[in-house]
Amino acid sequence: METQVSFEYAPAPESRSVVSIKPKYGHFIGGKFVAGSKHFPTINPATEEVLSQIALAGKADVDAAVKAARKAYTTTWSKMSGKERGKYLFRIARIMQERAREFAVLETLDNGKPIRESRDVDVPLAAAHFFYHAGWADKLEFAGLGTSTKPHGVAGQIIPWNFPLLMLAWKVAPALAAGNTVVLKPAESTSLTALLFAEVCQQAELPAGVVNIVTGDGSTGALIVNHPGIDKIAFTGSTEVGKIIARAVAPTQKSVTLELGGKAANIIFEDAAIDEAIEGIVNGIFFNQGHVCCAGSRLILQESVADEVLEKLKKRMAQIRVGDPMDKNTDLGAINSKEQLLKIRELSATGDSEGAERWSAPCDLPKKGFWFPPTIFTGVTQSHRIAREEIFGPVLSVLTFRTPQEAIDKANNTPFGLSAGIWSEKGSRILWASQQLRAGVIWANTFNKFDPTSPFGGYKESGWGREGGRHGLSAYLKGVGHE
Amino acid sequence: MSNRIDVKKTYKLFINGAFPRTESGRTYEIKNAKGTFIANPCLASRKDLKDAVVAARAAQSGWNKASAYNKGQILYRIAEMLEGRRAQFVDEIITVTGVTKVKAEKEVTDSVDRLVWYAGWSDKLSSLSGALNPVAGPYYNFTVPESMGVIAAIAPESPSLLGLIDAIAPIIVGGNTVIVLASTKAPLSAMSFAEVIATSDVPAGVINILTGKKDEIAPWMASHMDIDGFDISGLAAKSHGAVRIAGAENLKRIYSFKSADPGRILAFLENKTVWHPIGL
Repeated sequence: METQVSFEYAPAPESRSVVSIKPKYGHFIGGKFVAGSKHFPTINPATEEVLSQIALAGKADVDAAVKAARKAYTTTWSKMSGKERGKYLFRIARIMQERAREFAVLETLDNGKPIRESRDVDVPLAAAHFFYHAGWADKLEFAGLGTSTKPHGVAGQIIPWNFPLLMLAWKVAPALAAGNTVVLKPAESTSLTALLFAEVCQQAELPAGVVNIVTGDGSTGALIVNHPGIDKIAFTGSTEVGKIIARAVAPTQKSVTLELGGKAANIIFEDAAIDEAIEGIVNGIFFNQGHVCCAGSRLILQESVADEVLEKLKKRMAQIRVGDPMDKNTDLGAINSKEQLLKIRELSATGDSEGAERWSAPCDLPKKGFWFPPTIFTGVTQSHRIAREEIFGPVLSVLTFRTPQEAIDKANNTPFGLSAGIWSEKGSRILWASQQLRAGVIWANTFNKFDPTSPFGGYKESGWGREGGRHGLSAYLKGVGHE
Repeated sequence: MSNRIDVKKTYKLFINGAFPRTESGRTYEIKNAKGTFIANPCLASRKDLKDAVVAARAAQSGWNKASAYNKGQILYRIAEMLEGRRAQFVDEIITVTGVTKVKAEKEVTDSVDRLVWYAGWSDKLSSLSGALNPVAGPYYNFTVPESMGVIAAIAPESPSLLGLIDAIAPIIVGGNTVIVLASTKAPLSAMSFAEVIATSDVPAGVINILTGKKDEIAPWMASHMDIDGFDISGLAAKSHGAVRIAGAENLKRIYSFKSADPGRILAFLENKTVWHPIGL
């Protein structure tokens, strides 16, 4: 009989003294902060404390930002050598590293993700993206066949709230390296690190107008998407909005990349190293509260090991520390917004009503803020909404299989195709499965790993194009032979 | 001159390796430049397209599994078969379009050579688009191009044979299957080319050829939920916007090309990145 060891952790809170949040922010246009007209509050989702007032960009603000970006493109950025452009990007990477702690604390306050994640994943990876792409700026002729060395011009970029600074880096770094200028809109609920990034641009003496940041909601995003002065649209977010954008730009000459939703299968074969797989399952779905487009949200278990895996998984889930995101021991932070919490609750309720069995880890959730416990549904069938729709929360749907082909068929039975996981100790089986899975990123015996050198992006309705590596860079260069 | 009556060919569709008539029973009339009747090719219907997509989907995984060497040899085999029937294609091009023999011969020569050029790409695509990515951690990480699935294509009105080959070969060389709509005014080369395909060891369903009206079939192709990509090079620019809007429903990859560039092949390939830990 195993003895259950329970660890009690004393609180280890990160200090917020490293950041100074202004009571009100404007937009960053043409190298300067300009006042906004209307404002909306941004809150800490872990406490519901109002952190600041964020400006809501309207038509005049977006016009000004596009104008500044065009001017910078025509007069400065497109005329500068790649070598010099690259040096600005290296500067930005270095300043982000220098101010990493500030970025991490601000990200956690505004987003609700554990400080351990913003400190160890989001911020270092964001800096790494700038460092990687900086080196491309003077090597565009080696970006590969099918790609020219010419940028599009002005890129409009719209990013989500799940990895605010990291998604900014994924968008801005390749755009600038390729010679574009940008108008970026952070997500409505997480604008603060983008506004801090604007200060980094100032410190790096980036020419005015090369990076412009307008804050706002979906209406601001629509103004960017439909703006005639923009040549390239890059969006990360839901498949639903991605399709709206695809239709909006269809009659135009705008180039588009879309990083959209997912419903990734995480397949556990019976010959997997089970303890490692348990860690992989937990990392796959509970990393970043499950607010991850590539989250391993469908666990596909071989029947012969299903009972063992589920027992160990529940035991492991009971050890997940849910709570104060600023505590360095916290594993699972706050749900980013009330709206998202309601969506997670609603979809989870369909799991109950459609006949799946819910189990949530026993944990004390804080009274204030938005919280959802780590949850699994067993007895899920492929027709259940929780097996088909992206929940974007800490909720795992468990399905089982008997033969490897059945695992692949279930994994591929989705309009999404962003990522997938394979757990097996047999090399030939891993390579076979990785070929069969219709997804852009395959994690074998690991999950949720990211790197600027590694292309990321989806098949099917998970989007258009890649981010990272040579493939990601090419999205910011004009194609050859395409009309 | 003999009094022999010619045996004329009925031009049908090419779906799943067979030559069915359109299920709709509709045809349209082809005349040469002087207005003389030539043939009644099929006016393909939405149901013909659906049948072709079913065939293309069923054939895709098998074609994808064929080795790159095998795919290259089959494309080369198509070139061999076309070379052997040069005279027929030259005649048909002259009959329908009224161009000079020199011009018709050049188009057939270019078509054979273009097929050979595409055939050679099959085992070089991962060198073009693949990568071993030096990630900052103990992981082996690589990116490989993979087939996208079922792709539709609209061939240009002219050149009717060479344009058709540019609408087929770059799509299938990487493991996709294709449904192509041939030139409306000059569909004879396309349907004779189907006979070349049928004798080139191309598995049934890998290449499907329809004849008919672009404005009718292009929107059906754009909105079909089991088509993954769409080459609209042969479609008038004024129709591109509507087709792209319809294609957004399943986020079809829709492209238009100006030339036979390798980018034309890569456009209908997905890139897959695989991670695996390195350790003892």
